[in-house]
Amino acid sequence: MVAQNIDTTDKGRLAYDRTLIETQHLNLIYGTQQILRDINLVIPRGQTVAIIGESGCGKTMLLKSIVNLIRPTSGKIFYDGRDIHALSDTEMTKLRRKFGFVFQNAALFDSMTIGENVAFPVKQQGLNLTRNCDRLVVDRLAEVGLPESIIHKRPSQLSGGMRKRVGLARALILEPELVLYDEPTTGLDPIMSDVINELILRTRQRNPVTSIVVTHDMRTAKKVADRIIMLYPFPRLRENESQIIYDGPPSGLEHVEDRRVRQFVEGEAGERLMELRKLSSHEVSTEDLPPDSLKHF
Amino acid sequence: MSTTIPSGWSSTLYRSGEAAMRGISAWGAVVIDGLTTLGDIAIFAYSILRWLVTSMPKRETILPNFYQVGVLSLPVVALTGTFIGMVLAVQSFYQFHTIGLESRLGAVINMSLVRELGPVLAATMLAGRVGSAMAAVIGTMRVTEQVDALIAMGADPIHYLVVPRFLACIFLIPALTIMADFMGIVGGYFYSVIILHIDHSQYLRNSRDFVGGFDFFSGVFKSLFFGGIIAVVSCYRGFNCQAGAEGVGKAATAAFVLSFVMILGMDLVLNIFLDAVYSMIWPRGAKLF
Repeated sequence: MVAQNIDTTDKGRLAYDRTLIETQHLNLIYGTQQILRDINLVIPRGQTVAIIGESGCGKTMLLKSIVNLIRPTSGKIFYDGRDIHALSDTEMTKLRRKFGFVFQNAALFDSMTIGENVAFPVKQQGLNLTRNCDRLVVDRLAEVGLPESIIHKRPSQLSGGMRKRVGLARALILEPELVLYDEPTTGLDPIMSDVINELILRTRQRNPVTSIVVTHDMRTAKKVADRIIMLYPFPRLRENESQIIYDGPPSGLEHVEDRRVRQFVEGEAGERLMELRKLSSHEVSTEDLPPDSLKHF
Repeated sequence: MSTTIPSGWSSTLYRSGEAAMRGISAWGAVVIDGLTTLGDIAIFAYSILRWLVTSMPKRETILPNFYQVGVLSLPVVALTGTFIGMVLAVQSFYQFHTIGLESRLGAVINMSLVRELGPVLAATMLAGRVGSAMAAVIGTMRVTEQVDALIAMGADPIHYLVVPRFLACIFLIPALTIMADFMGIVGGYFYSVIILHIDHSQYLRNSRDFVGGFDFFSGVFKSLFFGGIIAVVSCYRGFNCQAGAEGVGKAATAAFVLSFVMILGMDLVLNIFLDAVYSMIWPRGAKLF
């Protein structure tokens, strides 16, 4: 059963007023493969939502669809009541000023210095901040714990953790009202992962920001989120079953009965390996092989 | 559902028919694929032109591309131009010498250079040096989500990445062509006059008599189209790059191959067009068709 009622007192820090993002009957087919089926979500302003799920279940695709980086096959997405697919290119560009996107591998521009990377949104939007831009870049870098001395360095000269923090500084420079994090702690050591988690929390404390965090790190999900949504891979869904197999507060995960959710939360493979082996042996069954190919076994 | 295969002659006919159908189907797929790619490239080119008339990119995005395409390509274009001029002298000399026309070498070398080899050579070098790099850079940006990051921050990737490269290719390929022409002429002159001892004044007089302003103009005019092809095709290939290092490598190779084929095709079309223009302006001049 999908828990639709959000515990607004969870962690005692929520004060939602109205819906910021709403998806209606979202379907996404990528190539010939269906990734998302009938996703209906309502995300109130000020909430931090963690989207969890196995690799390939469509978490990142959902995140990118929300900011119109990927156009869904069908369905609607509303941002603050406006259908984003009905917006013109200029209107969409203006709307994107309100978004900050932290990419999985930071996606810093190789051809630019760190300073130029962080200042990019300001210059791109043509805001009248050019005189203060350098100061703003230094301040944002300081907020994520990076020294001023790195502004002339190239992304390739930084470690993975530093690049992620630069990506965060770049996403936050225009003080967006919606911040999207795509696997912010993947590939980082536990200490640096927690630094990123702390930064996500601090960002929220400083500004009334709505956040969507895509992750499969349960520690991150439990620490930063008010609400957790778990997606299940479409190919393994039962007919007419919702792709969202959990939607509720982090505390609710302790009592959930769905075996698939429990396995993911506890990090147990269970019979998944057997399923994968069965799947692979089914895909390459001996009937499909040429007769000679079996001689070697 | 199982298909019953007839025996004897019918079976042979059936199998031949099946093989023919498979062949036709494979060729059909290639044709459809080619037409789809051409259509996609046309749409891509249209979006570049639309940006050109609506909003020019910022100076700081244009200048690095001009430097990359123009300044850094100049030495290699000059060097290859020089060698082509000398190779033309070597190749033509013995053939013209056997019929006693070696004094006409200047006309042959310089006409070939300014009309055909200069622009095609500059375009080939540009496609190899700059076009492949464009496809690789944009392909890598796509694979590493930098293109998504651009869009997420309100920048249009065509406007930000492609238009400056297109402008650089269009504006600087004429200069590179002129450089290839010039160095080819110098190389041809050096080898013919200094090494092969052809009379200096005859060489120059023949060159002046046979190579006209229209020949020079036609070479430079063609180069504009070649530059456009290189930028559009290479950036298109970069944007349609498959994931991974192999995908980027394939995009870079495909950018060069497709650019080169399209340059040669466009060269033929433009030569026919320019010959028609020439015949219209100077009706008594030489005609190809």
